[in-house]
Amino acid sequence: MKRFVYINDDDQSHDLYCDNRISNRKYTVLNFLPKNLWEQFSRFMNQYFLLIACLQLWPLITPVNPASTWGPLLFIFAVSATKEAWDDYNRYVSDKKANEKQVWVVKKGVKKHIRAQDIHVGNLVWLRENDEVPCDLVLIGTSEPQGLCHIETSALDGETDLKTRVIASACAGIELELLHKIKGVIECPPPDKDIRRFDANMRLFPPFLDNDVCPLTIKNTILQSCYLRNTEWVCGVAIYAGNETKLGMSRGVPEPKLTAMDAMIDKLTGAIFVFQVVVVIVLGVAGNVWKDMEARKQWYVQYPNEGPWYELLVIPLRFELLCSIMIPISIKVSLDLVKSLYAKFIDWDQEMMDTKTGTPSHAANTAISEDLGQVEYILTDKTGTLTENKMIFKRCCISGTFYGNETGDALKDVKLLNAVSGGSSDVIRFLTVMSICNTVIPVQSKNGVLSYKAQSQDEEALVRAASQLHMVFVKKNASILEINFNASLLQYELLDTLEFTSDRKKMSIVVRDCQSGKIFLLSKGADEAILPCACTGQQIRTFTEAVEQYAQMGLRTLCVAWRELPEDEYREWSLTFKEANSTLVDREWRVSEVCQRLEVGLEILGVAAIEDRLQDGVPETIETLRKAGINFWMLTGDKQNTAIQIALSCNFVSPEPKGQLLLINGKTEDEVCRSLERVLLTMRITNSEPKDVAFVIDGWALEIALKHHRKAFTELSILSRTAICCRVTPSQKAQLVGILKSCDYRTLAIGDGGNDVRMIQQADIGVGISGREGLQAARAADYSIGKFRFLKRLILVHGRYSYNRTAFLSQYSFYKSLLICFIQIFFSFVSGVSGSSLFNSVSLMAYNVFYTSIPVLVSVLDKDLSERTVMQHPQILFYCQAGRLLNPSTFAGWFGRALFHAIVVFLITIHAYANEKSEIEEVSMVALSGCIWLQAFVVAIETNSFTILQHLAIWGNLLGFYVINWIISSVPAAGMYTIMFRLCGQPSYWITMFLIVVCGMGPVIALKYFRYTYRSSKINILQQAERLGGPILSLGSIETQQRSLERELSALSISQPKSRSPVYEPLLLDSPSALRRSFGPGPHTDFRTRNYKDN
Amino acid sequence: MNSDGTSSTSGATGSGDSATPRRNSKRPKYSKFTQQELPACKPILTPGWVISSFLLVCIVFIPIGLASLFASRSVVEIVDRYETACIPGGFRKDKVKYIQSDSNKTCRRNLTVNKDMKPPIYVYYQLDNFYQNHRRYVKSRSDPQLKSKSKENETNDCKPEATINGKAILPCGLIAWSLFNDTYSFSRSSQKLQVNKKDISWKSDREHKFGKDVFPKNFQNRTVKGGATLNASIPLSQQEDLIVWMRTAALPTFRKLYGKIEVELKKGDVIQVTLENNYNTYSFNGKKKLVLSTTKWIGGKNDFIGIAYLTVGGLCFLLAMSFTIIYYVKPRRLGDPTYLSWNRNPGGGANN
Repeated sequence: MKRFVYINDDDQSHDLYCDNRISNRKYTVLNFLPKNLWEQFSRFMNQYFLLIACLQLWPLITPVNPASTWGPLLFIFAVSATKEAWDDYNRYVSDKKANEKQVWVVKKGVKKHIRAQDIHVGNLVWLRENDEVPCDLVLIGTSEPQGLCHIETSALDGETDLKTRVIASACAGIELELLHKIKGVIECPPPDKDIRRFDANMRLFPPFLDNDVCPLTIKNTILQSCYLRNTEWVCGVAIYAGNETKLGMSRGVPEPKLTAMDAMIDKLTGAIFVFQVVVVIVLGVAGNVWKDMEARKQWYVQYPNEGPWYELLVIPLRFELLCSIMIPISIKVSLDLVKSLYAKFIDWDQEMMDTKTGTPSHAANTAISEDLGQVEYILTDKTGTLTENKMIFKRCCISGTFYGNETGDALKDVKLLNAVSGGSSDVIRFLTVMSICNTVIPVQSKNGVLSYKAQSQDEEALVRAASQLHMVFVKKNASILEINFNASLLQYELLDTLEFTSDRKKMSIVVRDCQSGKIFLLSKGADEAILPCACTGQQIRTFTEAVEQYAQMGLRTLCVAWRELPEDEYREWSLTFKEANSTLVDREWRVSEVCQRLEVGLEILGVAAIEDRLQDGVPETIETLRKAGINFWMLTGDKQNTAIQIALSCNFVSPEPKGQLLLINGKTEDEVCRSLERVLLTMRITNSEPKDVAFVIDGWALEIALKHHRKAFTELSILSRTAICCRVTPSQKAQLVGILKSCDYRTLAIGDGGNDVRMIQQADIGVGISGREGLQAARAADYSIGKFRFLKRLILVHGRYSYNRTAFLSQYSFYKSLLICFIQIFFSFVSGVSGSSLFNSVSLMAYNVFYTSIPVLVSVLDKDLSERTVMQHPQILFYCQAGRLLNPSTFAGWFGRALFHAIVVFLITIHAYANEKSEIEEVSMVALSGCIWLQAFVVAIETNSFTILQHLAIWGNLLGFYVINWIISSVPAAGMYTIMFRLCGQPSYWITMFLIVVCGMGPVIALKYFRYTYRSSKINILQQAERLGGPILSLGSIETQQRSLERELSALSISQPKSRSPVYEPLLLDSPSALRRSFGPGPHTDFRTRNYKDN
Repeated sequence: MNSDGTSSTSGATGSGDSATPRRNSKRPKYSKFTQQELPACKPILTPGWVISSFLLVCIVFIPIGLASLFASRSVVEIVDRYETACIPGGFRKDKVKYIQSDSNKTCRRNLTVNKDMKPPIYVYYQLDNFYQNHRRYVKSRSDPQLKSKSKENETNDCKPEATINGKAILPCGLIAWSLFNDTYSFSRSSQKLQVNKKDISWKSDREHKFGKDVFPKNFQNRTVKGGATLNASIPLSQQEDLIVWMRTAALPTFRKLYGKIEVELKKGDVIQVTLENNYNTYSFNGKKKLVLSTTKWIGGKNDFIGIAYLTVGGLCFLLAMSFTIIYYVKPRRLGDPTYLSWNRNPGGGANN
């Protein structure tokens, strides 16, 4: 199904395709109620409660007032629905804002300002510089003479460099005035989400050139959400609009995320449900049997001889209702409440606030904090996430002289400044190459400020540095490059550009000096690529040393070289180059071969070293989190070598002897397959060793691996703790997340750019860094933080506490429900298995809603270990990751406790209140207060840290129970009139309570004490150490010292490049021996300085 | 979400100035609560704490246990089971038929007082295997009807004893219908002992649950009579036997107050009881007992609490002792970081 877009045709296309209205809304006003209810009822728990509530409407079987279930149920539904409605309203508001943006569109031949949502497919849209593209357009005109325009696609793929787009060839040369009137048809594929592909044709109608069908590619389009840069205006035809744009198609509806814990709670609920069904069946049968055997003899019960057809069902259904409290209706409300509080704690946390920009952390998704504590894999973007995304020229070595030392960078080095002003020819040549051998576009803004637009941040850094050294690259005018050196204008004519490819690892340009007419080849590139091309006779030892030394500092190095070309050599080469460029088969290979021919006998000018600063605390954060047992994958759109470099410098992979990098590459399916198998084999062998093995894969190989060798790749993912995936597209990032998720790992994706959005949405937890690439990722994410290092606190502190607290809260909720339910069951044994309830409706509802819910809510303030201890012992996170605090066996413990406590309460009550005291209201209140006392002590014993609020909630609640019951007891109409006053006046009541508490809690405390002391978990040990002020703190410092020692050793061994293993990917622009850059504590810096001096 | 959207646009346009005040307002408020830094006490289960609390419990429990047991033991109680004994020999095989017949069911029993009994001496009847807590039974009553005259037709819950010939029964329901109807009268050496049947029910019930202007109506008019009939000229608030009976028991074995004897009974006294054995417990093999009992602060005779307290106190002592012994035999330093497994691996071993 092709789509035909009629350009500038106001009538035909209106109805065919959707307009440009963006809608992310889930509901409309009309369908909100049914749709929302339907969604809520697709949860098993809700169906269950609804069923119970409906059954309770049948008075024959209901043991209690139906309001006790309907009230809470309606409340829960109202709360969820309100929340949904509010979220949807916010989506509506933000859509509306985007939809109502004003754009210039040609309507009926006239340029008009209309709202973005009124753009129709086929409309001509005019954009000016820095405008956001409102929908997908095919370019037909620009302000630039060559028909070029520059766009920034960071919102789409996260790449911050400028991309060049050209107008459709058929439209070249059309006058500006005629563009309004252009008519034609574009034949294009139906909407898809592939942002790299667009295969379409365009035919213009007369009077425009009509001779040919003009092919269109992605090069001729600008896509929604890109920004127009450095181009005064462009004009394009809308081809996809609204939710059908490439971006809209890839947006996808983010699925609601369910935490592992919720899944576990659901599972346990299911188990309880099964248990409940069993109980109901057993008791139902027993009840029917008892009825026939005994109850018919009990004349005072007056069982009719012939019952209705459903008679057999009545008793089981009564038990079903009686046992329905086994699944606590309050759990959802309590969980929602505490979860939103966890989220608030994240928002409020001062230590996670970026003090520089004043951005606090924010939890947009309030429901998944526990998952943070269970993360097993972190998939991280590189640029902007780990690094600051700021390249800075730091040092250089020009013809054997090192500029810049540890005290400052090269730009401030007096020696270099002197050399520049002294006119040292080597230095000037070096600066010339730095400033023009690149694809940077200088942009002069209106007020005269010069800025540079570069595809690569490295190039920008070099040009900027050169300009600071008075070699200012001023203008790029078609093929004339102008530089301003010390107030004199130098002009070069750009003859050819030998582009950078990741195979060649270098780029060169051929220029003619306009003054002298001489032709030069200027090259820059990785040391391995440039140094072998040095002309015979040149000493390159200083340069290798320089590269080595800079790499040790964690800097990215670039070698700079040049050569003068004889006129005839160039002319001859130029022909072959043009020919190679126009070949259709193997063009890339041919071109690189031709380039190779020219890039020989270079004169090496020097080495430049650039720093891509890591964000503060990144290495420490990664190290801590890796110690906590979290695996890291780096997914980046960047070049392989850069990725590896960063990985090394931020503790991602350990340097050589301990760590090993395995490369998966290949262009064809076979190559990839072989490479994958080899890596897998190595991985299996080394898996047993305590070695850090990481695999490196690029986007192309990944595509093949995912398509054809998914199984092997999945195995690899399971084996590998670390991976570096470079040159990956946004959808591949999401696919990788999918693979890890399919292996049942909890994944966290962190990124900062628009290209990370899909990964963030796909992962169990998405974290966005509100960084330089805008807020897109942060908006799509569940959590947004200001800096990568906050991740440590987010996971170790907030994630862990949330997990612990929810684990307690959910199990406790089941415990208290089971407790009261067991008592009801026991009571049925002494009430003729008839399904009568010991407790009255008010007590039952209040038990679930007030008495037992409030004390447990303050468990959101509970801290088992102090934040500091957790940070020092991140390994403790293992308990959360492995789900040690909430699993079937811990649950069985709580189940057993509920059973035990129910037995204690029931037996003591019926024995202490036997004979003349066995009045049902009194017995019921004695049992209920027994439960309340016990649960208060259970909460107290499970609380690790008591703040004033905890004391208030636990003991205040106990008092509250009495106050509430005294109030109810003073109402004559209530069933339990005067009961509580009578009980409180009896000494035997208090004696009974005391007995219940001691019998119930004694064994619990004894067992807990025993396990705490003799079978202590790591958490217990740390608790003890923390509270007793043991040697825990000194231990931490010893560890750091030792760590730095290790690092020293490893640094020594990697300074010998010979020790590289064969599969170790040789690093290109950057050296493998790069040590992590240190922003951290002293010892490392000291060491590095020492090393430097040795050299 | 909304605020994010606006701040993103301001960020995109690069107007840093306008963004600054907004950011400041977003700055989280500092308080100990929001930072989760409220001062907290963090108790841990140290051996000293655990052992001493068990000892404390033991010290508190044993005296209370002794006191309760003493109180319970000092209650004098005479229990006489009469449901079989009061069936004439000829009817022993078919007790149900006897009880349903119209024959004279008067029965005499002699009770010997073993210990001096100080007044008030409570007279209870005790029923066994009688399920007042059965679901059909316990719900079969209408509290509004008992309370006020205007609601005498509210008998929905009372089935199957709700109406007769379309007229509401008052008091309706199974509970009232099955009102216990054995009667007792006591004499000591042919001198009648007065049984005070006033104020045997809860005051609150008489005043607030059973109306002063509500009189029995259509009660026990069916052919099958459940239990006692009520005098239709006495308001419900004065029908104390009914009020006591309507306080349903939670357990199938229960005692209900019949009356009080307000003279002292001496040790060795023989009390003759003349009882009307009317109530049918024979169809379900229920026992009937007559109980005379004094009372103490703990209530009636009930050794359970005393024994339980002594047992628990003893167990706590044992636990405390065994914890102490284990603590000295196998001491274990709390919070020793060498117990952390990750400190024991070869990499971390160096620090020891």
